[in-house]
Amino acid sequence: MIAEIGQYALILALALALMQTVLPAWGAHRGDPTLMGVGVPVALVLFLFVSLSFAALVALYLTSDFSVVNVVDNSHSRMPTIYKITSTWGNHEGSMLLWVLVLALFGALVAIFGGNLPDRLKANVLAVQGSIAVAFLLFILLTSNPFTRLVPPPAEGADLNPVLQDPGLAIHPPLLYLGYVGLSIAFAFAMAALIEGRIDAAWARWVRPWTLAAWVFLTLGIAMGSYWAYYELGWGGWWFWDPVENASLMPWLAATALLHSAVVMEKRDALKVWTILLAILAFSLSLLGTFLVRSGVLTSVHSFASDPTRGVFILAILAVFIGGGLGLFALRAGDLKQGGLFAPVSREGALVLNNLFLTAATAAVFVGTLYPLALEAVTDDKITVGPPFFNLTFGGLMLPLIFAVPFGPLLAWKRGDLLGVAQRLMLAAAFAVVAAVVTAAAEDRGPVLAPVVLGIAVFVILGALTDIVERSGVGRVPARVCLSRLAGLPRSTYGTAVAHMGVGICLIGIVSESAWSTEKIAGLRMGDSFTIGTRDLTLERMENRTGPNYSARVAVFTIRQGGISQGTIESGKRTFTARRMGTTESGIRTFGFSQLYVAVGDEAPDGLIAVRATWKPLVTLIWLGAVVMALGGSLSLADRRLRVGAPKPAKRRRMVPAE
Amino acid sequence: MGMRFPHLSALLLGLSLLVSPAFAVQPDEVLPDPAMEQRARDLSRELRCMVCQNQSIDDSDAPLARDLRILVRERLKAGDSNGQVLDYLVARYGEFVLMRPVFSWRNALLWGFPVLVLVLGAALAASVMRRRATASPPAPLSAAEEARMAQLLADAPQAGRNGDGQGGK
Repeated sequence: MIAEIGQYALILALALALMQTVLPAWGAHRGDPTLMGVGVPVALVLFLFVSLSFAALVALYLTSDFSVVNVVDNSHSRMPTIYKITSTWGNHEGSMLLWVLVLALFGALVAIFGGNLPDRLKANVLAVQGSIAVAFLLFILLTSNPFTRLVPPPAEGADLNPVLQDPGLAIHPPLLYLGYVGLSIAFAFAMAALIEGRIDAAWARWVRPWTLAAWVFLTLGIAMGSYWAYYELGWGGWWFWDPVENASLMPWLAATALLHSAVVMEKRDALKVWTILLAILAFSLSLLGTFLVRSGVLTSVHSFASDPTRGVFILAILAVFIGGGLGLFALRAGDLKQGGLFAPVSREGALVLNNLFLTAATAAVFVGTLYPLALEAVTDDKITVGPPFFNLTFGGLMLPLIFAVPFGPLLAWKRGDLLGVAQRLMLAAAFAVVAAVVTAAAEDRGPVLAPVVLGIAVFVILGALTDIVERSGVGRVPARVCLSRLAGLPRSTYGTAVAHMGVGICLIGIVSESAWSTEKIAGLRMGDSFTIGTRDLTLERMENRTGPNYSARVAVFTIRQGGISQGTIESGKRTFTARRMGTTESGIRTFGFSQLYVAVGDEAPDGLIAVRATWKPLVTLIWLGAVVMALGGSLSLADRRLRVGAPKPAKRRRMVPAE
Repeated sequence: MGMRFPHLSALLLGLSLLVSPAFAVQPDEVLPDPAMEQRARDLSRELRCMVCQNQSIDDSDAPLARDLRILVRERLKAGDSNGQVLDYLVARYGEFVLMRPVFSWRNALLWGFPVLVLVLGAALAASVMRRRATASPPAPLSAAEEARMAQLLADAPQAGRNGDGQGGK
């Protein structure tokens, strides 16, 4: 019964999505306010029905209803309740339903908070959103139905993939989807602007908060995924340049570029055409990510060819939306009027530089991810594009960009004074050089470039502070004036500074972990010790434990520093009964911002236990930096200017009765 | 027992987990000479475990990866340079074994694309800026406008938000 309710709700949602696509767009075309107004209630009801469908699937998982194929394949009656809920989206069908749920949520949010949007723009935005919903609802109903029944039902499910039985699954995909799908709003706004053939600074003001929100979620989602991989996979890597990761990194890079170009458009009415193109590209990369992960093309080009139903369907969605978007762009972009002029050295120029490097970095990730697939499909030759390629190309493009970050906010609009800005950054640069030199003197290991990168990271952090400090007028005005100036600064100014500091913090973590980690691999018996960094690790005992649906073997170590005990660290493996699969449970202890990471391998017949311990200096800064970036984004989102929303033209329009 | 070949759990969009009870380098593989061991580790990160998905032999616990790690160490002990070790493995397993694709005409698009985007983008931005700057040069202010502006600036309660930079001059 519940499964049928979910299924019917989904079919009704498809009908509603069709209405949301056709009616408001037709109304906007004919200038009929009643038809245009239909978009708002339909978007809300669509969200209601998709929620109902999603709730039905959650209910099926909670009650372990093994008459539904999807539940049988991905659940087990003895799983903890939290994992019963999260396994709803821990599989292909359920995750696509979550995707559509988030899409409908954003549509509903536009309907609710879009009160100050011009009617025609809102109608077109909702129509484009609706068309995306139609495509993905069709995809679910035709190729990936989560509600399919199984007769006769088995007594027990096959269990969820053990790696996914982790709190990470509760947080990572929802955050990531909020980011991915949030970019659909920017896309819908871009399409609407192209359909109308007009675009102004107010447009950027409406689009920016949505992009910013999507970017914040994407940032947190990627960071969360990275930390999850770090502690779950057991060898302490935090980024693998895996195509699946790249699929989430590309939209993030494009969204980052979009945020910056939208600033230029909002403040200076310039870069309009480029901003529209970026909005299309950002969502296209989201769709591409969906295709890469969902079609099976990554596992092998040939496995994609052997069962292409889903892959071809997503490819068709890709072709329609990316092709349609770019096609409309090619047709209409010429009609968009260009705005403000600026000199190459100016705030606008700096933001163009930012966009240039971010686009090139996206291109590096894009080509590195797709080239091996394309080459194999065309010539049957197989090559590997691994981390060394990405570190060289992506790193080589990002480093100069990050170095330039502190200059941007200090440059004046229209025409800036690069020499003047450089002088104002002297103090930050001096500290950065000191930091680099001290590090180089203290650490004789690692690549020569590492202290330089560390210096750049320090420069970015202090450079971001410089902006705030200068605006407060410290040293030039009395302390009281200084404080009131600080309080009066717009939140978006703080947002910029905090987000840029986050970049620097993240970079410190990356360079420290990559260049100055120490590792020790040894075979230990009970009671044996070894030294890692400044600490001694002693293997105390091995224990057997049982969880609800797994058994575990755990090694317990004590940590001592200078003879003083610092407690224990546990590292082990779990074997899940249903799938007979194992997971590693790495032992991680945090000291300050650094971590001690311990993984244990197999026990040899002679009693030796393989132990791999790594001291990872400042590693947590990688994720803390991302959190700080997201915090900066949130601060900027809380800016009054963005909340108040539309400027005059829209307000005048709002006076016109909707009926 | 456990999974032999770590494979992508491409279950979730963007989920980056590889299924593997990972414990790659075993204690008995480690060479006594730390410098040579470090070279072996660096080389291992440049070599792909060919039966795995996107894992280097340094990260993989597959038996093939272990064989290759041992092979790399044997070559190093025999006196090979890093380049010779890589050449040896490419001769045996093909270019697929390299994590860093070689510079070649076949890979020209791969290596060149990011640079191409950067250069073309820069050229495009420069040409657009130049064209627009020459197309409509802002007319210089007339004497009356200058006077009006000076008056406005004098009347303004405080300087513009971004004026701090020029303020000191």
